[in-house]
Amino acid sequence: MSGEIPLWEVFIRPRNGLAHKHVGSLHAADEVMALNAARDVYTRRGEGTSIWVVPSRAITASDPDQAEENFEPTADKIYRHPTFYEIPDDVGHM
Amino acid sequence: MALMDAVLELADDHLVLGHRLSEWCGHAPMLEEDLALPNMALDLIGTARTLYDYAAKLEGQGRSEDDIAYLRGEREYRNCLLVERPNEDFAHTVLRQFFFAAFMHPYWHAAQDSDDEVIRGVAGKAVKEMAYHIRHAGEWVIRLGDGTEESAQRMRDAVEALSIYTAELFEEGAAEGAPALPSRAAQREAWDATIAHVFAEAQLEMPEVPFPQTGGRKGLHGEGLGHMLAEMQSVYRAHPGATW
Repeated sequence: MSGEIPLWEVFIRPRNGLAHKHVGSLHAADEVMALNAARDVYTRRGEGTSIWVVPSRAITASDPDQAEENFEPTADKIYRHPTFYEIPDDVGHM
Repeated sequence: MALMDAVLELADDHLVLGHRLSEWCGHAPMLEEDLALPNMALDLIGTARTLYDYAAKLEGQGRSEDDIAYLRGEREYRNCLLVERPNEDFAHTVLRQFFFAAFMHPYWHAAQDSDDEVIRGVAGKAVKEMAYHIRHAGEWVIRLGDGTEESAQRMRDAVEALSIYTAELFEEGAAEGAPALPSRAAQREAWDATIAHVFAEAQLEMPEVPFPQTGGRKGLHGEGLGHMLAEMQSVYRAHPGATW
């Protein structure tokens, strides 16, 4: 049965001010049913204040075969991490 | 005791329907519904627990919510007949849920103005739950009613089978003498409007019901309730006073 029913990706915002975060996927016939199902499957323990559902087929993913060229060039650019700065004591928590 | 009897009717409606829904747990047609149906069951059972607890306090005989739920026989149950109808197929289940929630939503909405603090508290929580039950079950009624040939036929069969139990929702029952609770009959207009709205989209029609079924408020139930209670009460009766 679920072979005929489209797959949806579910994003939940845990509270105001935070971004929606991917939490999983589900099957539903359309967007209204997907939102209902997301509410029932992924917010049972008070996880969210807002839900997005996106058809899985609308997502374009990076190619795992390109992982080396995509991600490895950043490995030796440690100066992009803000760890070389002296933080004045007055600043407190950063 | 009018209030206690009326609270008991409400509690029985919620426990019986909650238990019926819980029977789907592990058997629903898809994983998403396997979570959604018990979610709704837990809403109903949560409401039932508060109401049983309140009924026990009103009675003042030292009975607990468990005693009332698990130690009464079928003839002592005061739920309406709709909620005890067997699950049958998914169409029956979502339609039963839709009929009930479409009634309870305006009922709890009105009960938010009750002069009884417990009733107000229950109503404030339940009115939101019922709004979701209407949405969830209603969307299914629409999709099955206006779906494939088979789903439409199953939904029409469910309407035929369950519409004879809807008139009983509006009978006043013990609440007649309990001003803390809203009038059941007064919810008819809101119920009709909700049903008409969803049925129009679902390509369904409410049939004429020449002989509506009734008797639940007097303890006269269908055959199914006894079987359901026997299973539901078996653990408590085998181990009286057990807690977990």
